[in-house]
Amino acid sequence: MSDTRTTVTGRINGREQTLQIDNADLLLDVLRELGLRGAKPSCEMEVCGACTVQLDGLPVSACTTLAAEIDGREVETIEHLDADGTLHPVQEAFLRHSALQCGFCTPGMVMTAKALLEQDPDPSREDVVHWLEGSICRCTGYATIIDAVLDAAEVMRRA
Amino acid sequence: MPDELKVVGRSVPRVDGPAKVTGRAPYALDLTVPGMVHGVAVRSERAHARIVSIDVEAAEAVPEVLAVVTAASVAPLEVRFGHVARDHPALASGRVMYHGEPVALVVARTPRAAARAARLVRVDYDELDAVIDAEAALQADAPLLHPDRVAPLGDAGLDAGTAALTGNLCAESTVDWGDVDTAMAAADLVVEGEYRYPMLYGYAMEPYNAIASFEEGTLVVHSTAQHPYMVREDLARMFGLPLARVRVVVPYVGGGYGTKSYTKVEPLAALGAWVTGHPVRVALSVEESMLTTRSDGAQIRARSGFAADGTLLAREFDIIMDSGAYTDNSPVVCAKLANRCFGPYRVSAVRVRVRSVFTNTVPASSLRGFGAPQGALAGELQMDEAAQRLSIDPVQLRLRNVVAPGKEILPGKRGIDADLAEDLRMLTTSLGWGAPSEPGTGIGFGLTASDAGAHPTSVAMVRLHADGSASAAVGATELGQGSRTVLSQIVAECLGLPFERVAILAADTGATPYERTTGASRTTTLVGRSLQAACADVRRRVREVAAEVAGVEASAVADLPDGVSVNGERWDYAQVMSRWFGAGGELVGVGEVRRAGEFQSMPPFWEIGASGVVVDVDAETGVVSLLQLTTVGDVGIAINPVLVHGQDLGAATMGLGAALSEGLVYDGEALANPNVVDYRVPRSSDVPARLELLLVERRDGIGPFGAKGSGEGALNPIGSAVAAAVGRAIGVFPHELPLTPERVWRLAQERVADVRT
Repeated sequence: MSDTRTTVTGRINGREQTLQIDNADLLLDVLRELGLRGAKPSCEMEVCGACTVQLDGLPVSACTTLAAEIDGREVETIEHLDADGTLHPVQEAFLRHSALQCGFCTPGMVMTAKALLEQDPDPSREDVVHWLEGSICRCTGYATIIDAVLDAAEVMRRA
Repeated sequence: MPDELKVVGRSVPRVDGPAKVTGRAPYALDLTVPGMVHGVAVRSERAHARIVSIDVEAAEAVPEVLAVVTAASVAPLEVRFGHVARDHPALASGRVMYHGEPVALVVARTPRAAARAARLVRVDYDELDAVIDAEAALQADAPLLHPDRVAPLGDAGLDAGTAALTGNLCAESTVDWGDVDTAMAAADLVVEGEYRYPMLYGYAMEPYNAIASFEEGTLVVHSTAQHPYMVREDLARMFGLPLARVRVVVPYVGGGYGTKSYTKVEPLAALGAWVTGHPVRVALSVEESMLTTRSDGAQIRARSGFAADGTLLAREFDIIMDSGAYTDNSPVVCAKLANRCFGPYRVSAVRVRVRSVFTNTVPASSLRGFGAPQGALAGELQMDEAAQRLSIDPVQLRLRNVVAPGKEILPGKRGIDADLAEDLRMLTTSLGWGAPSEPGTGIGFGLTASDAGAHPTSVAMVRLHADGSASAAVGATELGQGSRTVLSQIVAECLGLPFERVAILAADTGATPYERTTGASRTTTLVGRSLQAACADVRRRVREVAAEVAGVEASAVADLPDGVSVNGERWDYAQVMSRWFGAGGELVGVGEVRRAGEFQSMPPFWEIGASGVVVDVDAETGVVSLLQLTTVGDVGIAINPVLVHGQDLGAATMGLGAALSEGLVYDGEALANPNVVDYRVPRSSDVPARLELLLVERRDGIGPFGAKGSGEGALNPIGSAVAAAVGRAIGVFPHELPLTPERVWRLAQERVADVRT
């Protein structure tokens, strides 16, 4: 176990931040200590997706990403999506489709879906199912989530 | 939807939706308390052993460590908890009973220091013989797990059985009527078999966690508990405190499903706080949660006797539940399994014995379905096996035997508040039953009725504010089922208010009135009724004060939808209040449901399960794919239809997990798959493209506006339905879940071999 401290500078939700961290610190813990608690710890082995954030636009599991890796990079968390006071179309679609129950997986689901739609604005149902394979939801049975993502894609294409 | 209802019956948006999609909804895991420190458990690496010594010196020397708490170090404080029998130590006391049991709690200023120090605690064990298998634990020469039995607490609201308990028997429940032996002897067909339902980990995605502190002599706990009032009782007993001085607060819960019923990590956090004087958080990992609670696996020997015309003459079940190291809730599951295994049928002779057995494994407790899925696997599959052997359509076979509306399934219990025959017809029509099926595919379905609702004690409070808006206080927890939304709708309807003018405060034993549990699909029905009573009470107060203000007889004041008429003049709530108080103020109404009057007869309501699937089986690989899922939500009235669909699909999907991939497996004395990579829950690709979530609204429930519960029903028949569908696809009915590709492939191969010989 290393106690080596290091300094990293990255953009978190659009704002450049310089952080004193331990080399062993995980991105998820650092974000949560910063008060960004939307990303949730659950499986802690990169299979459930509850801690998904975007790192340079790609969805990553913050539970298995070292905080040191954000140096010079851009991190976006769920908290940033409505920073301008309006919900992201994916969030709107989750509400319209009641695509959540306990809500613990929801921030990770939303971030995963957002990353998908940024890569592929017109995914098929199969594409959505495939992308969401890495995000576990224990409450809903997924159907409303898949519907919401497809609906959000349509709304975003029309916008 | 009946016209007179304005808010009830509509899929209003969830009140917790915006907070949840933005990541701002607080869960216990997101809370912090000033001065909070962290507790990490040291866990047993033996399945059964005497603790010779615990060396904490190296751990205590780690910087930032405040204390290493053991059962011995907190003596004479009571470390045992349990709502049925107080036999579960928060920290192993003298002996460890299963691999993974907490032995000590390291409390440190940071989670990392606590974890590092926990690895330095040295426990010296004197190993004892362990018993992992439940059947082996029943043998006379098995090691005795609880030589010093703790007497049950005798809670009258728990159906925990009264059998004499010897050996490793944790509980025993029986159901017995008619002459089974004579009926079996006279039967034209007796179907006999052994069935196995796996032990499951519910995997609520928020792992168990709690923060405890002592404030002004009150123990304050924020936790993931589903039943905060039950946890309060356990903590009050442990620390010798009155109920009034234990406050358990539950914010949003990241998944419950019964896994968070009853006490889990709250005692650990409270012991840490008691020793160190700091607020202590104990936040388990998922791996540790898997070592905390699982469901009871069941091995079921069943016999069903039929007349040639399909009449069910007798049923006999002998069931062994693997209940793990401590009592927890297994006696209640045992009683429910006994009541639920023989199905919603009129049978003149029934003999059931369910034995819940201690083993040196993770303690079992509640999980969605609560014995019903285990029982249905045998009970419903035998209906399908009998139909095949009697050459009777399995729908017709069930219709011949199914209990009619209003009739009793269990003698002396409430008659059934549903039309199961019609539910079954809807289900099988949706599944396309009767049409020729493609080779390699199969249809399966099942019918269950669960004695739901648990002990009906619920108290609610409604406050009418000076501006005429209302807030309700209830003890029910929001687990994702949407209770805050549904309960808001009920209050809005009863007080004639727009939905947006109603707020709910929930699940804080220091502020909200008593709610026995949030389980057994009871909240809409029982909390809904206590809230209706509270609304009626506050309306009575409005009429009373309006009459006094106006100086008229009470009879001159009548209810209007959102106020009263006084001698024909309309006063809205705000006007009544301002005339009564002059400035500010509020009127308060209280309501309760208790086991009396229309709630005297148990269960409070029956929860119906009518679910089915169409599967495709790949004969080469044994892989089972779902083509269609149909559920029938027989809920009396859907107060919020979208939320009912959510419960039904969610529950059915959990059932699919148990049917196809989930099962905790012991390899020797430790779990072989103690993580969610090796323990596979359903993913997005496992849900069939074709979903039919049907709703039946006959307003035949005891709940508000004719409602009754949902949440477990759709799950209960799924295991048997999938097994039946696979059986029809491969030509032999599987008796053991989960139906992994290997298991299905082997069965299909045996079948091919059988046909050849």
